[in-house]
Amino acid sequence: MNNAIEASNLTKYYGDLLAVDHVSFEVRQGEVFGFLGPNGAGKTTTIRMLTGLSRPTAGSARVLGFDVNSEIVKAKKHIGVVPEISNLYDEMSAMDNLLFMAQLYGLPRDQRKIRAEELLRSFGLYERRDSPFRTLSRGMKRALTVAAALIHSPKLLFLDEPTVGLDVVAARSLRALIGNLRHRGISIFLTTHYLEEADLLCDRIAILVKGRIVKIDTPTKLKAVTEEEAVIEVSFKGIVSGVAKELSERLAGLQVVPMYDHKVRVYGGAPGYVLETVLQFARDKDVEIDSVNSVKPSLEDAFIKIAGLSPTIMAIEKGEGR
Amino acid sequence: MWPDNLRGIYYIALKDMRTYYLKPPAISWGIVFPIAWILAFYLRNPWHFEQLVPGLIAMTVLFSTTAAEAVVINFELRLGSLERLLLAPLSLPAVLLGKVLGGAFFGLIMATVVTLGAILALGLFQVNLLYLMLILMPSLLVFSSLGALLCVLVKEVFEAQTLLNLPRFLMIFLSGVVYPISAMPPMLRSLAYLLPLTYTVDGLRQAFSPTPQTMIIVDTLVLVGFFILFIIPAMKLLARKFT
Repeated sequence: MNNAIEASNLTKYYGDLLAVDHVSFEVRQGEVFGFLGPNGAGKTTTIRMLTGLSRPTAGSARVLGFDVNSEIVKAKKHIGVVPEISNLYDEMSAMDNLLFMAQLYGLPRDQRKIRAEELLRSFGLYERRDSPFRTLSRGMKRALTVAAALIHSPKLLFLDEPTVGLDVVAARSLRALIGNLRHRGISIFLTTHYLEEADLLCDRIAILVKGRIVKIDTPTKLKAVTEEEAVIEVSFKGIVSGVAKELSERLAGLQVVPMYDHKVRVYGGAPGYVLETVLQFARDKDVEIDSVNSVKPSLEDAFIKIAGLSPTIMAIEKGEGR
Repeated sequence: MWPDNLRGIYYIALKDMRTYYLKPPAISWGIVFPIAWILAFYLRNPWHFEQLVPGLIAMTVLFSTTAAEAVVINFELRLGSLERLLLAPLSLPAVLLGKVLGGAFFGLIMATVVTLGAILALGLFQVNLLYLMLILMPSLLVFSSLGALLCVLVKEVFEAQTLLNLPRFLMIFLSGVVYPISAMPPMLRSLAYLLPLTYTVDGLRQAFSPTPQTMIIVDTLVLVGFFILFIIPAMKLLARKFT
């Protein structure tokens, strides 16, 4: 078995809604594979199909060599899942939650407590081992949910939007923990709508839009898509409605994308020509320019170019603070 | 495979006992409600109360098991933690059986308390313990699986309790808990024989009677049939929720 996951034309319909549209990919042993896309792109549905919580409408997949339709219970022995919602038991303590998971996964009786304590220590939760799950902070709940998924030392870990809803410090801490897992040789399937998270953690990334994979590659190669182009970021003062649309009419053939705040990014074209056109546009519309910068292409730029989506979509649809 | 499933059933039931038995909906519908009914009937007719004992034990089994199912299933459906069990290396029937067992054990505790209370308070020492077990055990599983069947249809605990009240009250009035089936009009009598509680009440009457009149094994077998009738669609409904 060379691949941790092999998916072939995996498809899921909910009634008439096509949630996942013939996706094919493989996750290699020991790699961190990212599924990047906006909310509703089909990321969670894909995880649900790969973990046996949802049956594919069409297509097939093998997880650790086991067919997800006929042998999923065998696969479950070796996979850990961190769902988007931290769904451990509110009434049970951190320790009891881990012990219950150890019981479900059939850890030998004499190893359950040792393993649970080891995880509580490595996730910085040992001092709170007797606290009920409901009393933990959001970051601690997330960390404990990851710990619960690791109780049986899985070979493959599914992480569904692991840092959603966490504050900056907790998210950074959790990313560090995930980063450490790769060094233990665990294959990781990570879904996220945070571009920098995917860039930081993943060996390869699949960009998913409306249920379809539009590109799979390493972050470096994805970023290279835009490296040969000039990227100019223009920041206007005040709210300028429809500026991207009007500017794109003047910069025919170039990609003008609205960004956060009052910014637009222009992809391609000669920088001098772009600058001159933007300045003329500002004079004609009587709007003030705050700044003009030449930007080093990021994964965000690659995402914009490949997916044809504004990064604001990722933020707006999920809506949580970082 | 089976050792894994049996282990899972045991630990799920054990966890549900520790986690959910003291939840307010389990206490109000599973403990307070049956006890309030028993007290009400006792105050109304304390002289011939022993005649009502089999029906009241049956009612206790019905309410306590179904109330517990609403808690052990719907709390987890709402919080998403039922999915956590389905992610473990267990079959879906094993997860549901664990839930049913958790509800049945809650019912067993309640039924034991009420039965022992009745035996000691009213001096009903002639009870046939073998008959009692032959009826109580399948009844606990029947009503727990009926609870599971209806609870997987809805998400919230209060929705489940409301939905459960329909079969609960239908059975209380038609299954001979209070009014003898023999005194009912023929149409209602026919309907009564379609309800599982009728066989629980009848079986418990035999267990408490010094001269049993029917073969208790018939009641037991009918109850086993009802258990299969409820548990299979409950498994299918739960599977459909997660496919």
